[in-house]
Amino acid sequence: MNNSRDFVRNLPHASHGFQSKRGFWARIHIDWQLLLLLIILCSVGLTVLFSASNQDMATVYRQLTRFGVAFGVMLVFAQISPHHYRRWSPWLFGLGVMFLIAVLVMGVGAKGAQRWLELPGLPRFQPSEIMKLALPMALAWYYADHRLPPRSRHIFYGLFFILLPTLLIAKQPDLGTSLLIAASGFFVLLFAGIQWRLIFGFGAVSAASVPLLWTFLKDYQKQRILTFLDPERDPLGAGWNIIQSKTAIGSGGLYGKGWLAGTQSHLDFLPESHTDFIIAVFAEEFGFIGVLLLLGLYLLIVSRALYIATQADDTFGRLLAGSITLTFFFYIFVNIGMVSGILPVVGLPLPLISYGGTSILTLFAGFGLLMSIQTHKKLLPR
Amino acid sequence: MDNLDFKDLSSETRQFTGRALLFWFILILLVLGLAARMFYLQLMQHDRFAAMANNNRIMLQPIPPNRGLIYDANGVLLAKNTASRSLNLTPERIEDLDQTIESLRKIVEVSDNDVERYSKLRTQSRRPYESLPLRLNLSEKEIAQIAVNSYRLPGVSVEAQLVRHYPLAELTAHVLGYVSRINEKELKRINPAQYRGTQNIGKLGIEKFYEHQLLGRAGYQKVEINARGRVLRVLESSPPSPGADITLYLDSRLQKVAEGALGDRRGAIVAIDPETGGILAMVSTPSFDTNLFVTGIDNKTYGALRDSPDLPLFNRALRGQYPPGSTMKPFVALAALNTGNTNWQHTIHDPGWYQLTKNGRFYRDWKKYGHGKVDLKTAIVQSCDTFFYEIAHHMEIDDLHDFLVQFGFGSSTALDIAESLNGILPSRKWKKKSLRESWYTGDSLNVGIGQGYMLATPLQLAIATAVLANRGKWVQPRLMKSVLSHTDQQDQVNSRSNPLVLGDVAVNNVEHWSKMIDAMESVVHGKRGTAKGISKGLTYRIAGKTGTAQVIGIKQDEEYDADLVAERNQDHGLFVAFAPVDKPKIAIAVIVENGGGGSTSAAPVARKVMDAYLLQSNTELAFNE
Repeated sequence: MNNSRDFVRNLPHASHGFQSKRGFWARIHIDWQLLLLLIILCSVGLTVLFSASNQDMATVYRQLTRFGVAFGVMLVFAQISPHHYRRWSPWLFGLGVMFLIAVLVMGVGAKGAQRWLELPGLPRFQPSEIMKLALPMALAWYYADHRLPPRSRHIFYGLFFILLPTLLIAKQPDLGTSLLIAASGFFVLLFAGIQWRLIFGFGAVSAASVPLLWTFLKDYQKQRILTFLDPERDPLGAGWNIIQSKTAIGSGGLYGKGWLAGTQSHLDFLPESHTDFIIAVFAEEFGFIGVLLLLGLYLLIVSRALYIATQADDTFGRLLAGSITLTFFFYIFVNIGMVSGILPVVGLPLPLISYGGTSILTLFAGFGLLMSIQTHKKLLPR
Repeated sequence: MDNLDFKDLSSETRQFTGRALLFWFILILLVLGLAARMFYLQLMQHDRFAAMANNNRIMLQPIPPNRGLIYDANGVLLAKNTASRSLNLTPERIEDLDQTIESLRKIVEVSDNDVERYSKLRTQSRRPYESLPLRLNLSEKEIAQIAVNSYRLPGVSVEAQLVRHYPLAELTAHVLGYVSRINEKELKRINPAQYRGTQNIGKLGIEKFYEHQLLGRAGYQKVEINARGRVLRVLESSPPSPGADITLYLDSRLQKVAEGALGDRRGAIVAIDPETGGILAMVSTPSFDTNLFVTGIDNKTYGALRDSPDLPLFNRALRGQYPPGSTMKPFVALAALNTGNTNWQHTIHDPGWYQLTKNGRFYRDWKKYGHGKVDLKTAIVQSCDTFFYEIAHHMEIDDLHDFLVQFGFGSSTALDIAESLNGILPSRKWKKKSLRESWYTGDSLNVGIGQGYMLATPLQLAIATAVLANRGKWVQPRLMKSVLSHTDQQDQVNSRSNPLVLGDVAVNNVEHWSKMIDAMESVVHGKRGTAKGISKGLTYRIAGKTGTAQVIGIKQDEEYDADLVAERNQDHGLFVAFAPVDKPKIAIAVIVENGGGGSTSAAPVARKVMDAYLLQSNTELAFNE
């Protein structure tokens, strides 16, 4: 590859002598601060899930199993040097795009959306999950080879990188994930140093294209946005979710109704209470204080991850870690914003609290990448 | 080429760190934004959302009161409430009703009839979120089946309710009436607060008349429900107060005897206690099972009842308006005595007919060659028509009308019977008004023997007989003896909006009463009395009067069944009586439709009822002592 260009960092034995003096956690390639915060978050998640699932231990066990597998994936990913990831990035991206095309051709799914792929010899999976990591990796790979801040030509290519999977996923249709993936790509551009005037210009163009975009939306997507703007227009139908979730949150008050005592979720008024709307259960049972603590926990995780990004010792790691971090935050913000009624309802889970399969795996894979970036340092620490 | 671009690593690091720091601040701002939103929802809007959450889960449910029970005079239960569990569906909570019914059909038996009835119920106006019964009288097994499947059947519930039940069914149908589902007309009339949780209302008879007392007051309970409307627990409740229990004068034992005495003949019996005016028995045969109407009768059964030529739904005792025939004679005679148109000494020669003018029409006596020399007593005992033709001939019809009004003819006088008809007590005014014709003397002659325009119900005949037994003392006939309220508040006993309260019957000589009663006694006990057939073995004295009412001819085109028509062309047999003569305890009117003469058809029926009442209650009294 490009060993000759980055010769200092690739001195084969530069860090060898130092390695033995590094801490236990670094040697096993674990960032213990991040690990601790994640364990706390997962514990909170399981606690809320127990309540939100109407005390169904089976659901909690399934989630716990997922956490276990996901932690394993994270630890494995952490062992692999960022170097390798960088090399694999373009291939992974290509594979992801192929999978996405395959979904459109031969995907399976429900409710008029094709999101899953069933390939012989593989378990059923959502290729869009691969893309959540593959796109930022590919972009980070692309910009790591170029002078930063990027020139407009490179920005243009970058946008193409972003648009391709975004449109493929939007076509499934999966509005939430396509937005998320677009955002993760855009975050790489932001960290790469794209000029502010471009950012604002891009924002203005997006805002202007909203009416145009409207015509491309499916009926149920339009419905969601209309309902977001005015939930009362269909209080028993599409507006029901958001009215009930706001009621759940608001009725929680300062201290909450107590664990397992939320009436909105336990009496089934709150739909999707253990998946996308789980924050409403949390807010109802643990109140404003609980919400502040949870937001604090998230902020700590994001801060640690952002710190890891700044400490990365090459552009690829920096951009990738930055994007993963902001994407993680994007999940949190969009989910809580939607459940509390300040954003339209898009199907995004609350990371590590919501009950759900593949997204957990992807999230932990991302954290694995962060740990890998943090613990595979080639240079002496500053 | 890109590869020739010089990468300034330190500047890149600086720039990245700067941006990361900036983003970190933005993230904190966004988190603060979320926190502010939560602050707004959870603290500033807390009261509103807390109320909404409570409104979601807490529902005020009415608890229907137990309807008051109805007893007969001996404490026999005539109307009670039995527990029944029904399968109810709440249309608002069900997305696909047809599919839900289909899946229910796989679990419990639901007939097409049930489905039809259910869709009929749905079209009727009802309260929102009120569940409607699809199936009634679920068995324990069916309840278990539904419970097991309830998780996949939102909006389906098993509801326990008390269903009105009439243990004596047909026997008390025409007295008690029945309750049934509130219809739209009634829904507009009733106070919805009182009927919250109650689906039925009295439709007829006692059930309708004393609806207000029987209903009771609804209670409430605050319950916690889930989003599917299932009740999870009761938070607080205020109990309902049951309706008042009503005791009737009606003697179900006597009622049974009366019904049995009529057998499968069409007819009616009304028996009254002359002292209280309490109605001891009121029978109309054939009858129907009122229990069918409580839970909603299906069209086929209802059609059969409605179209039966025997008219089982028709209350003959209250609404059957018959020519009273000779049973009117004692009353007509009293009227004539009072106005001086006749006296006890006056005699006529009866050749078997009466003529107004020499060449006029013959008004025939029932006895072809006449009764010979007849005075008033003989005319009563032998039921001489000619004597009464003469009385009526010379009597002003309006005088007769005015006198007979005092006995309750031509009006409804019972305190708590709303459905009775008035019959016809003809007068000049009445004829002018109804027929737009003048009164003819011939009309009077017919009225004199209880025919012609004169019509009376069995109830009216029984009332008049009771007044006669009381020697003119008016008693207001009534069904209810007492009401037992379960609430502290004194329920005012409602009565008909304009109850016709009559005064005592005044005659110019009180001896007329005893002489008339003596004559009527001879009808039963005299050698030549028309009802002497029932005197055999009598241990007490009966005063009575037989009657035979001619049935107006049936139209030619209806003669499709010769036997039936022949039977239906026969005269109605009537008998009015009271006993014991010296201290009357029961006054009775009997009509046997198409039974032939009153002496052979109706009088034996009356004897059986009186025997049952007087002899058995005597033994009961003896037993009690």
